[in-house]
Amino acid sequence: MAIARAEVDAIPQREAFEPTAYHVKRGGEGVALDIRKFNLWYGKAQALYDVSMEVQAGLVTALIGPSGCGKSTLLRCLNRMNDLIDELRIDGEIMVGGQNIYASSIDVIALRKRMGMVFQKPNPFAMSIYDNVVYPLRVDGVTNKGVLEETCERALRSAALWNEVKDRLKESALGLSGGQQQRLCIARGIASDPEVLLMDEPCSALDPIATAKIEDLISELKGQYTIVIVTHNMQQAARVSDNTAFMYLGRLIEYGDTERIFENPDKTQTQDYVTGRFG
Amino acid sequence: MSTEIADRRATGTAQTVNGRAVRRFTADVSAVGEPALWGFGGALALGIILIAGFLGLIFVNGVTTFWPKPIAVVETVDGRMLAGVPTRTGVYRPGERIVEAMTPEQRAFLEENQGFSERTLFRTANFDLTGDDFTWVSDYQKTEVTFPADFFYFERREWGPFVGRIAGIVIDDVAIPAEAVDMALLRREQREARGRFEQIRRIERRDIGAVNYRIEQERLSRRRAALRHGADSPQAEAAAAAAATRIAQLEEEFRSHQDRIAAIRAIDRENRIVLETIDGRQKETELSQIVRFFAANDLSFTDKAGIYVARWHEFLTTEPREANMEGGVLPAIFGTVMMTMIMVVVVAPFGVITALYLREYAKQGRIVSAVRISVNNLAGVPSIVYGVFGLGFFAYTMGVTIDQLFFPERLPSPTFGTGGILWASLTLALLTVPVVIVASEEALAAVPRSMREGSLACGASKWQTIRYVVLPKALPGIMTGLILAMARGAGEVAPLMLVGVVKLAPALPFDQFFPFIHLERSFMHLGFHIFDVGFQSRNSEAGKPMVFVTTLLLLTLIVAMNSTAIIIRNRLKRRYATGHF
Repeated sequence: MAIARAEVDAIPQREAFEPTAYHVKRGGEGVALDIRKFNLWYGKAQALYDVSMEVQAGLVTALIGPSGCGKSTLLRCLNRMNDLIDELRIDGEIMVGGQNIYASSIDVIALRKRMGMVFQKPNPFAMSIYDNVVYPLRVDGVTNKGVLEETCERALRSAALWNEVKDRLKESALGLSGGQQQRLCIARGIASDPEVLLMDEPCSALDPIATAKIEDLISELKGQYTIVIVTHNMQQAARVSDNTAFMYLGRLIEYGDTERIFENPDKTQTQDYVTGRFG
Repeated sequence: MSTEIADRRATGTAQTVNGRAVRRFTADVSAVGEPALWGFGGALALGIILIAGFLGLIFVNGVTTFWPKPIAVVETVDGRMLAGVPTRTGVYRPGERIVEAMTPEQRAFLEENQGFSERTLFRTANFDLTGDDFTWVSDYQKTEVTFPADFFYFERREWGPFVGRIAGIVIDDVAIPAEAVDMALLRREQREARGRFEQIRRIERRDIGAVNYRIEQERLSRRRAALRHGADSPQAEAAAAAAATRIAQLEEEFRSHQDRIAAIRAIDRENRIVLETIDGRQKETELSQIVRFFAANDLSFTDKAGIYVARWHEFLTTEPREANMEGGVLPAIFGTVMMTMIMVVVVAPFGVITALYLREYAKQGRIVSAVRISVNNLAGVPSIVYGVFGLGFFAYTMGVTIDQLFFPERLPSPTFGTGGILWASLTLALLTVPVVIVASEEALAAVPRSMREGSLACGASKWQTIRYVVLPKALPGIMTGLILAMARGAGEVAPLMLVGVVKLAPALPFDQFFPFIHLERSFMHLGFHIFDVGFQSRNSEAGKPMVFVTTLLLLTLIVAMNSTAIIIRNRLKRRYATGHF
């Protein structure tokens, strides 16, 4: 996730880069996230350069690119998870519902409640399955048992996990298999009805069967949520996403319809990457 | 080693790989690491042997102390007779003067042994008559050693044990000569006498104690009224008058209790026993002064086992007597456990909160590093320094202030303004808090970042993340720190001597009077008890067995407290065990 500084520093001046190729598929529900001229520095090293993109509501947007290109960094900016890092500096705007999430008036906790997030490695809490799923509601102050139970069932059904765990909701979540844990984390991510679901390489720690299940799940969730997924696996991006953004060395190179990105990209760099010539 | 191999080791074997000449050397001893392995194993073995030997010594000595031992009657060459319990033996070289004064046979005996002689230490007891508890007898002085059945070992309430015969008893003021003594009758009478002694003690402790407490309360209420309204005010005078009448009533009650005690004492005086030493000196004493007696050389295994159990029971459930040399250690057990508990209750939140702030909230930088180094260094401050601080700050500063604010009527006698169990616990908490802070910080740092991020991404605040995700996960590690702190605190003695531990506490820090737990009271502690019995008593030889037994008990107690904590921790660990893929 962290970008190699030497690599970033070695990027030629921005004038050398052409503007982003841009040909997105529209979902018809408008724009969920509007990233405008976003720059980011870790200390002195710049990790993102002038990234501008509109994430379409209700669609799946994939972020692809070689390691260190800034795709995870960008994703983690969307719910301000990067706030935990010292010496982080940003410039530009990310607009959600007409508000800049980096404005000083924004309530970060409220923002995160609008965004579910699934991480690279499954990270269930050391609690029961039930407590894991309703955790976002609990921290929100919901104590009504009926509401909690209903939410738990709905979220687990949405995450295609209900049938496997309905008899052991009170058991520790750490006893689940890796794939089950990841689906549990997805259930947790959608339990509080977020607007956007952010997924940071959700299948990189899973075996092919578990990966297939998660991919099916993403297809099912499409339409209900706006999904942004970071992935290293180009087949996966091609399979699950509507739009794909290709990033390279901290810049957005090409952003558009997934089919076109993979079959007939505008940029040679994109072409080289998706055909496996580098990366 | 053949010269060929030695040669190859030195020069290597020449080979050609992919057209390049390479030279391969066999791994020598230092590369394989064999000597290091032996070193590690040896160090571990040495450590285990030292600890096992130490624990074994304490265990063997502690467990055997209460087993009844026989009484030997020794006749020496100069015709002297002495009776005593053989305690230990040793080899020594008698001085020149002694050798000069010897008979030719003795000298021959010595020369046979290259001038050395073995000697045995006998516990001859009878301190009140002989002024000596122990006597060394060298082998060359002995002529005959017998174990007569009519010698008894008496454990007395005063003057230590007595070794000798029964010369007669007096029951209800009727003397019975030695030949006519019925042992069954004597045992029954002794049991009754012991019952009477315990009855007196109960009256003193419970009834008279309650009266004294109420008299003190009256006195205090009078003083309170005088302090509040002025010494000459009508309210103070009214309070004084009321208190005076009530005190008069209480004193009446006090006298009635004393009369009851006097009646029991009168019966005590009518039942006596006459003891006789081996050289014929006699001592008459009340039967109630005898705790236990037995014919040491005429005991079956069951008798011995019975005495053994009874002695342990006495040790664990009664108060000490004879300047702590005999009797039990119940107040010390109580003080040790209570102090450790209070310490844990104080140190746990204090240490964990500090660690939480340092690790989770404070901006990591030079100041936090400095604080962290200081905390680590605190663990190296000599414990006696903490004692001095505890006395100066807790007792003399905080305690005196508390006294002035809340207990002015008791002044000038201090309530909190002197050493007590609360101040001792706080001092130990201070002493052990670095351990807890360091362990808690480690445990918090070990909580994976992904867990925190998962929680924050769910919209939890930082505090909610710490409360629901980080702390539960770190709890087993924090418990480990607490266990270490507990073990260190329970065994610490030096600082306690300054802040509230006493040789003999007049009362437990817990009783039937409101508020039941008296944190201001001084208390007894097993560690200090060991020090006191072993090094501060009039006869360290007599105290030695007690030192071993008390050490064994203290170790057992610490092991028990630690085991409990470890079981709790393992339960927690199992609950938060990491899953599998």
